[in-house]
Amino acid sequence: MEVRMKLNGKNITGDVRPDSLLIDFLREKGCVSVKRGCETSNCGLCTVLMDGKPVLSCSLLTLRAAGHDIFTLEGLQEEASEFVGFIADQGADQCGFCNPGFVMNTIALLRENPDPTDDEIRAFLSGNLCRCSGYEGQLRGIRNYLSSRHG
Amino acid sequence: MLTIQNYVRPQSLQEAWELNQKRSSRIAGGMLWMKMSKGNCGTLIDLSDLGLNTIVETEKEISIGAMVTLREIELHPSLQSYSWGAVQRALKNIVGVQFRNLATLGGSLWGRFGFSDVLTVFLAMDAYVELYKGGIIPLSEFAKMNYDRDILVRLIIKKQPCLMAYEDMRIASTDIPVLTCAISYIDGIFRATVGARPGRAMLFYDEKGILSEWITEESAEAFSRYLMEQVPTSGNIRGSSAYRSQLVKVLSRRALLQIKGGN
Repeated sequence: MEVRMKLNGKNITGDVRPDSLLIDFLREKGCVSVKRGCETSNCGLCTVLMDGKPVLSCSLLTLRAAGHDIFTLEGLQEEASEFVGFIADQGADQCGFCNPGFVMNTIALLRENPDPTDDEIRAFLSGNLCRCSGYEGQLRGIRNYLSSRHG
Repeated sequence: MLTIQNYVRPQSLQEAWELNQKRSSRIAGGMLWMKMSKGNCGTLIDLSDLGLNTIVETEKEISIGAMVTLREIELHPSLQSYSWGAVQRALKNIVGVQFRNLATLGGSLWGRFGFSDVLTVFLAMDAYVELYKGGIIPLSEFAKMNYDRDILVRLIIKKQPCLMAYEDMRIASTDIPVLTCAISYIDGIFRATVGARPGRAMLFYDEKGILSEWITEESAEAFSRYLMEQVPTSGNIRGSSAYRSQLVKVLSRRALLQIKGGN
């Protein structure tokens, strides 16, 4: 079936099966930052923004994304670059596998709530699993970024 | 793996209902659980074009369309104030924001999953579901029904003066719950719901009038013991039946004391 959507600001089309998942479609389109992790809709690794909201691309049919505005990390490099260095400085992304999902969801968090408390950060990012860290490094990194913005 | 032969977005509920009469058809909610199932779906029916993605509030009720996401419900100010934060409390630990941006009310209620926080919290309210062919029926009745081929259109919550609290127990914060419990005081009646028993959530009333003189430390203790005796539990990988029964007592007591303290 034909599908049309906006991907990272550009109109694209594709021909997909009815059971095609958005994650596979996006990877075919070259967005390899979107990765498959748990296969149980739990880990947040495949997070993309649909109309600005973070969603799990591993659980969304490509046809359901038709007509919507999809952003992956490939299209948000500039916005991500503002804070990823702070996370890296904390050694939070040890193996780095979970990082794209964390970064995408952090972008969503900061757009929705530009000055979150620690509890709000923890709550918003609770759907992103990391097997290396205890999540404290990510929290410190985001906190340091927020502090830097306050000067 | 779920394979889908045909994907359709009906333009009316009648069209969706007709498509759904075939045994091989399935209606898509958020598809988060369905996606993990195995088998072949002949026609997947997507209700996205039917305008069921809105929350409408009037003086007397709050109506939530079947395609409203759990995240939209979680963030809805009137639902939060009306339920004393119980709705937000029930939804906030369901996996993560990304999951709740996809999961729908319709999918969550229709599944009548044993582990459902959603069913537990709304069952404690004066709530009704509208089924396309079955009409408007109490949620408590719907919760007991077998699966059929009707379509859940919306949830209706009657806005009566309400006090409410929600408690759950999870092994990890975003895991499926070991037990869920909601207690409400609506129109002079206490309602207690317990889910993740691990079976479907059930609704109980204060039939012995234990709380008739309002909530005290003693009456909360007595009612929680009574509820523990009433709620059937069993064991699974997350906890034994005996453990769940203890949780019924502990969580219901906590919920009652929250109501007593004005949350």
